[in-house]
Amino acid sequence: MMEIRTPKTHKAKRVLEKRAPKLVENGKKTLILHGTKTSATLSSVLMELYRLKKGGAIKYSRRNENIRPFESGGETSLEFFSQKTDCSIFAYGSHTKKRPDNLVLGRMYDHHVYDLIEVGIDNFKSLLSFSYDKKIAPHEGSKPFICFTGEGFENVPELKQLKEVLTDLFRGEVVDNLNLTGLDRAYICSAISPTKVFLTHCAIKLKKSGTIVPRIELVEVGPSMDLVIRRNRLPNEGLRKEAMKSSKDKPKKKVKNVDQDDVLGKRGRIFIPEQEVGKTPLPDKSKGVKRERREGKLKKKNKEEGSASKKHKESE
Amino acid sequence: MDMETDQTYQIDVGNLLAFNPNHRFSSAPSSREELVKECVTEGTKLVQAIADTLFNLPSTETNDGPLVQLPPPSTKLPREKHLPRPKPPTKWEEFALKKGIQKRKKDKIVYDETTDKFKRRHGYDRVNDDNDIPIIEAKASDEPGEDPFAKRLDDKKKRVGKQEKNRLENLKSAAKAGALPSHVQLAVTGLPISGTKAQPKKIGKEALGDVAGLAATSTASGGKFDKKLPGEKPPKKQGKHHKYLPVVPRYGWVDEEKEQTNKVLGKLLSKHSHEILNVGKAINMYNDKKEKKKSGRSDKLKAKKDITKKKPYANKAN
Repeated sequence: MMEIRTPKTHKAKRVLEKRAPKLVENGKKTLILHGTKTSATLSSVLMELYRLKKGGAIKYSRRNENIRPFESGGETSLEFFSQKTDCSIFAYGSHTKKRPDNLVLGRMYDHHVYDLIEVGIDNFKSLLSFSYDKKIAPHEGSKPFICFTGEGFENVPELKQLKEVLTDLFRGEVVDNLNLTGLDRAYICSAISPTKVFLTHCAIKLKKSGTIVPRIELVEVGPSMDLVIRRNRLPNEGLRKEAMKSSKDKPKKKVKNVDQDDVLGKRGRIFIPEQEVGKTPLPDKSKGVKRERREGKLKKKNKEEGSASKKHKESE
Repeated sequence: MDMETDQTYQIDVGNLLAFNPNHRFSSAPSSREELVKECVTEGTKLVQAIADTLFNLPSTETNDGPLVQLPPPSTKLPREKHLPRPKPPTKWEEFALKKGIQKRKKDKIVYDETTDKFKRRHGYDRVNDDNDIPIIEAKASDEPGEDPFAKRLDDKKKRVGKQEKNRLENLKSAAKAGALPSHVQLAVTGLPISGTKAQPKKIGKEALGDVAGLAATSTASGGKFDKKLPGEKPPKKQGKHHKYLPVVPRYGWVDEEKEQTNKVLGKLLSKHSHEILNVGKAINMYNDKKEKKKSGRSDKLKAKKDITKKKPYANKAN
């Protein structure tokens, strides 16, 4: 016996529609959680990652004992959380003797694990340890510049994957229009060795240059850390092909209030709001604002100037 | 814009992304600070390259600043969910396709011939409302004992039930194709065991309240001081309710009200009335009342009585 269940409130309906698969997707949300044990550095890394991605991230504070991303059965909890919170990227931190300060970055496709990459964190500098002028501090939720330097990102497959994962992580929403005054942060990732990536977060200072393009100056503000590649898991080919599929056509946007007719041609409709006669602003009838007064004043001023200049000329 | 030459960067303006594949970091580790500096300078160059393209895009001025139209991102990243799958056509849609039936838009206001007015199609005071039919003419095919109005209602119920069944079938086939609409969920409800009746209804609110009340009376204080959950109603008045005697006595029956008042009067006026009525106490109470009324002050402001002192009792009733 099957029963049709529909949401009883508009809010629930909107939430369901937001989470449904679409042609053009929403920005990916990040789920941040940790395992049985975390070190001080790791917990601050997770906290600062959450702060950087505020608005598009959910942080769980309890420890999760049964999550082991690289083992076959250990991902069920992750998939369940991904389903519940609608998060497609996760950052799972754990600290063991064998793998100290371990961070697993993973992505989901249809709430199933798509790919994983495990990094160790070295030389972590918290954002509280950087001192800078508070005026240039980046705003929450601003779209960042992402920069990769180093041939490692092209030659080493693990670094290639890390590059993709970091782009996905830091990208945020895909936007059509961008306000140029809102550009204030940049993530710099440099492959300093085939297994190590130096990641730092900087604020942008725009300085005047001769041209329209301002001169960029970067000031380190945020957390900086070294990521050491440990394990990784690439997506299998079929899944990757399916996930990379994109539909070429954009849904046609319905143009409202315009209709085409063979007889009358293209017609548009304009809606004029109701004219509230009682609330129309009356003209300013104060004496000083009257046009005659203003014009008279202007004439007087011109006369005076004219006579003054004449006098000046005469005096010369 | 991707430029794969040796000296230039790979820039993706849509993502504000830049990649420099040519820089080589020295394998000899210079000091940490120098390394960091090097990374930041390289990063600055990349950001400058993106900004060069970005600021040269055509911009529109708004209140908050110049707005540019970003090109779509060029680096392909995997989707987070599958592409929306096409819905299979419903049974009606297949039929309409086969027969060539076109969809026609219905008007909200329809002309009603019985009242010669324009009425709305759905809602209050609608056209062809089932409840408004005054007379149904009998046809030759009608059975003699049948109620045509009830028959109409019955027919409507059947139609609605059939439609619901069809809707469920359509949704099931859509779910099979993976294209269930986002706001609909198909849930499996429990089946009654074959041969038995369906599951009994859950216990209702009133029954639960009664049982809770019963349980409360089993406590020492009769449930008066039990902690109530939010929303729980106070217990209904327990015990005997007032019995009101009939005003006019029945024929042949004793006048109960008269009996009642006589009983009380008899007790008061009897020889042993002083044993029943505690005159001293009555006088005290009466005086108290009088004083309160006179002064109008509440008892709280008066000096507290010494409760250890016992009041003198005139007579203790045996």
